Amino acid sequence: MSPSNILTILIVIPLLGLIPLVVFWRSRRAAYQVAIVTTAVEFVASLVMLARFKVGEAGFQMVESAPWLPSFGIRYELGVDGISVLLVVMTTLLTLISVVYSSGGAIKERVSEFVAAFLLLEVGMVGVFLALDLFLFYIFFELMLIPMYLIIGIWGGQRRVYATLKFVLFTLAGSLLMLVGIIAVYIASGDPGDRTLSLPLLIERRASFALEFQVWVFLAFALAFGIKMPMVPVHTWLPDAHVEAPTAGSIILAGVLLKAGGYGFLRFALPLFPYGTQFWLPVLIFLSVVAIVYGAIVSAVQKDLKKLVAYSSVAHMGFVTLGIFVLDLQGGVGATLQMLNHGIVTGALFLLVGIQYEKTHRRLIADLGGLANRWPLYTVFFGVFTLASLGLPGLNGFVGEFLVLLGAFSFNPPTGPGGLFWGPVAAIGVILAAVYLLWMFQRVMFGTVREAYRALPDLSPLEVACAVPLLALTVVMGVFPQPFIAIIEPSVARVIALATGGAVAIR
Amino acid sequence: MTPAVPLGAFIAVSAALFFIGCAGVLTRRNAVVILMCVELMLNAANLALVAFSRRYGATDERGSVFVVFVFVVAAAEVAVGLAIVLSAYRTRPVVNVDEARAMKG
Amino acid sequence: MSAAEGTGAAGTFVPFVWLIAAFPLAAFLINGLFGKRWLGQRSGWLASASIGASALLSIGVFSDVLRGATSTTVTLYRWIGVGDLRVDVAALVDPLSAVMLLVVTVVSFLVHVYSIGYMEHDHGFYRFFTWLPLFVFAMLILVLADNYLLMFVGWEGVGLCSYLLIGFWFERPEPVFAAKKAFVMNRVGDWGFMIGMILTFLVFGSMNFTEVFGQVEIAEQGVLGLICLAFFLGATGKSAQLPLYSWLPDAMEGPTPVSALIHAATMVTGGVYLVARSTPLFEAAGGVLVVVGAVGAVTAIFAATIALVQTDIKRVMAYSTVSQLGYMFLALGVGAPIAAIFHLATHAFFKALLFLGSGSVIHAMAGEQDMRKMGGLRRKMPLTYWTMLIAGGALAAVPPLAGFWSKDEVVGAAFTNGYPILWTIGVFTGGLTAFYVTRALWLTFHGEPRDRHLYDHAHESPRLMTAPLVVLGVGSVLAGFVGVPPEDGFLHRFLPEALYPHGHEVHQPQLAVIAGLAATSVFAGLIGIFIGLSMYARRRPDPAAVRRAAGPVHRLLENKYYVDELLDRRFVDLSKAFAGASWAFDAHIVDGIVNRIGWAFGLAGSGLRRLQTGLVGNYALSIVAGVLAIIVLYGGYATGVLRR
Repeated sequence: MSPSNILTILIVIPLLGLIPLVVFWRSRRAAYQVAIVTTAVEFVASLVMLARFKVGEAGFQMVESAPWLPSFGIRYELGVDGISVLLVVMTTLLTLISVVYSSGGAIKERVSEFVAAFLLLEVGMVGVFLALDLFLFYIFFELMLIPMYLIIGIWGGQRRVYATLKFVLFTLAGSLLMLVGIIAVYIASGDPGDRTLSLPLLIERRASFALEFQVWVFLAFALAFGIKMPMVPVHTWLPDAHVEAPTAGSIILAGVLLKAGGYGFLRFALPLFPYGTQFWLPVLIFLSVVAIVYGAIVSAVQKDLKKLVAYSSVAHMGFVTLGIFVLDLQGGVGATLQMLNHGIVTGALFLLVGIQYEKTHRRLIADLGGLANRWPLYTVFFGVFTLASLGLPGLNGFVGEFLVLLGAFSFNPPTGPGGLFWGPVAAIGVILAAVYLLWMFQRVMFGTVREAYRALPDLSPLEVACAVPLLALTVVMGVFPQPFIAIIEPSVARVIALATGGAVAIR
Repeated sequence: MTPAVPLGAFIAVSAALFFIGCAGVLTRRNAVVILMCVELMLNAANLALVAFSRRYGATDERGSVFVVFVFVVAAAEVAVGLAIVLSAYRTRPVVNVDEARAMKG
Repeated sequence: MSAAEGTGAAGTFVPFVWLIAAFPLAAFLINGLFGKRWLGQRSGWLASASIGASALLSIGVFSDVLRGATSTTVTLYRWIGVGDLRVDVAALVDPLSAVMLLVVTVVSFLVHVYSIGYMEHDHGFYRFFTWLPLFVFAMLILVLADNYLLMFVGWEGVGLCSYLLIGFWFERPEPVFAAKKAFVMNRVGDWGFMIGMILTFLVFGSMNFTEVFGQVEIAEQGVLGLICLAFFLGATGKSAQLPLYSWLPDAMEGPTPVSALIHAATMVTGGVYLVARSTPLFEAAGGVLVVVGAVGAVTAIFAATIALVQTDIKRVMAYSTVSQLGYMFLALGVGAPIAAIFHLATHAFFKALLFLGSGSVIHAMAGEQDMRKMGGLRRKMPLTYWTMLIAGGALAAVPPLAGFWSKDEVVGAAFTNGYPILWTIGVFTGGLTAFYVTRALWLTFHGEPRDRHLYDHAHESPRLMTAPLVVLGVGSVLAGFVGVPPEDGFLHRFLPEALYPHGHEVHQPQLAVIAGLAATSVFAGLIGIFIGLSMYARRRPDPAAVRRAAGPVHRLLENKYYVDELLDRRFVDLSKAFAGASWAFDAHIVDGIVNRIGWAFGLAGSGLRRLQTGLVGNYALSIVAGVLAIIVLYGGYATGVLRR
């Protein structure tokens, strides 16, 4: 089986899964079976795509391009490069794990609706990473929102309606600005009749984007992606969304949806608007470092376990944006690695927090404690992921963080403090991460165990099966990061070259 | 020959009819009466159209053609409006427009 | 298996150097996966055997290096390669790492064997022997690494194992707290290490020792000084120097073998190793070494003063360790890295022995650690007593024990290299050291037992525990002779090529000077011992009277200068307050803005809602009004009445 349209197939598989789902709508078991099979097939297909990927090439591979709405210059265009190929595999893996975990009993009512939402969500997520046409990208970007809205709003916690509305409206506001930006790009892309929204063509024509134009359109895109990431100060939707979301929703939200922002920057904003990037650079670097430190500080005083992990996501994504905006090879590779690492590690953390919640029905840290006494297996998993999250060398988080910091130190702006200031400040995040994560770990796991939790069982085989792939990846990516780096590096180098060459500095 | 009626007279009559109809729509409470006033306004417009058409339409009578369209639309609208009135009439004997406030936002 | 290349002939064992680290790793994995259910007590033997194998191989490697296999790099694979950054998992085998390998593996092996006896009845037995070999693995990586980044992996790895082992008895809150404190304080130091690492790469284009030290000249002094200070900050964290030292005494919450291995012999020496390894950088950086020496000296005397009045036997040893580490940094600071490594090695032996011996005592006293409840134990535990005596003598630098040769060299180097103040501090602290070790040993082993009940139940420890004591005792006697004659012993001819890749002129002080300095140190030590014996054996002056007379000073020392209360807790409280304020800011202001926007929309909506009256008449009116407005406006513009 080696079709030439593997990318389209990746988009279609979840949709195909909807068909048997509708046929067996009434059966809960059938719904889960469809879900697991579909997401498993999708995952395998993504591995096939990965196997076909030629390491060392910087440009887009497996490109599929067809006219779609010719009068608007909109094409149906898909492609992968070093940045997106691993993100897609991670997406399919996390979706598979989420679905498998949910089938273990976490989601009991309206199962078919849940599965349908998840499959649609997967289409959106995979599409976001594959689309090369701005309009197509926008469609998938928005497509991710509605199923997530439903997942949080229907199967979520107590304040789910508030949380999901905040999430949707906030994100939507940003992406509507991006739509304006897209339309502006369309108009600027050429004379009427020759306009396009296809990325490769736009990159060729980007010299015609006026400087001031770039500044504003970059801002429009940056707002959309910044809200998604989330960057400070537009991050406040994330903690509420995570707290109220069901476990599978949190895993996907943290693992994949947040990456759409970082990916968007790398794929569209940086290559298309190099001058705009340079213009906003100081602000973005500042906000990134703020996110790293501020996110960590606020994490430390959270009382709700999920909110703590949510704020830690803000801090981690701060590293990602820092790595992106220093426009440095090590920084960019580190940022992309961090996107993968964060997806795996924080996805795993949310999985474990959810597992714990299912057993104890407690999310407030004050209510927990001493779990290590009864749950040795859980302790090991939770411990490893906590350590990866705080960047222990030997696990995946360290490699990404270190590369980002290396890039941060090299940052050399014409005015304002340079890398020698931002670097150490960002590195403080390393200390802070140890503080809040270990403190959390100790309050939840150590000490004496409460009576109520004495009899609770350790991880079930299903739960172990969900966590083990993530654990394996965490360790492997930490000890042998080079294969992953080799995939990512050329494409990142290309993006950075596009973002820095051809730019006219204003200062 | 009879002297031609000045255009202004037609416009004056048309305007008068229009404003009478408008006043009726705004002030009367009975739904059927409002519909009748709407008809009045439509016909006032028709009058104006025909007048201008005769006066300026040397090569064709486009205005009059437009009037035919207006007839059709008016008829359809009256039909639907009377149907609504009739179905409302089932619940109460007199259809007072002020009482139909179910669409209050 | 791996690529080995070097400047001389590679030995027979050197290509297999990575096996030294692989054995403990295997023990960790096997014990971790199978220890609970299948191995039980045998996990202890498995771990010990693996370390024993490592020790044997280390001896082999050492002999290779001895016979001339110099500066070999054994590469496993490329770990990270992005752009110009190329970091391999590779081992640098040279005299310095060979010495460290020996010290680490031999002492670890002895501690492992000891622990089989010490931890025998602990229900976490297999878990202990999972983390302990993992620690050894990490420490070996630290010592073997040929570049700063890989060293950092080991550096943080030992920090992690320290966390796991200090907090071994995690049901109790104190060990958990101490473990976290240790890790966080280490992390502050690690921040420095990372900055140093990154700057090194930016300046030299590499983090590989050989490559960096080969081009020290290209860096300007200011930047070099910054790099070295950053590394030194890391070293202060790991080696418990001022100001990042207070985690070490707290770390005594962990099992005593852990204290012996990690917090005396190996992990805490990591900082010393780092600075020693980076000698070419520090020497070229000019003024930084003075800082190193000063911090070391101040820490040495500071910690020694606290040790004078501690009543918990492990605390005495802990502060003693901080103090002795201070000596090592003092040596580094005055330009005598060989002396520092020398003292590192001897200290590993006698301090580990002191800790293990303390553990033996604690074991015999059913867990009691307060020396005020001990006394007269020498009659009950002769083997422990004699070995502890040897170790104590070594610590007090009594000739011809190991500690004498190494400490004397440290202090002597301070004098001969032109740092009289540091020398004075070193000598005075030597006196203090002799005093507090005499006091500790006397209170524990001599005099009349102060708790009859505990004393009656005390007994000598099993052979598993006393055998390592004996071996360490022998080491404490003999280890010093690698540095004899002073400044010209085996170690002095062995190490320089690793510390000074580009050569180094050696100036031999005259024998008379050396002898004079030695005499001074010995004299100070003897005074300390004399005062100690006088106070505690013959009550002249009576310790209780001294305590009353010293009053506030004594209380100050007893409470460790209130560092924990003043600095640590204030700092923590301040941080918590700041964090709380940030959270409030986030929840009420940042999120508040978001919610306010939503509320504003709602307000607008409910305002506009009033237009929807549901009354047809109103709608009709608004239609008419709108049409009128359009007519007026249009007419106005068209006739020119209204201007655009």
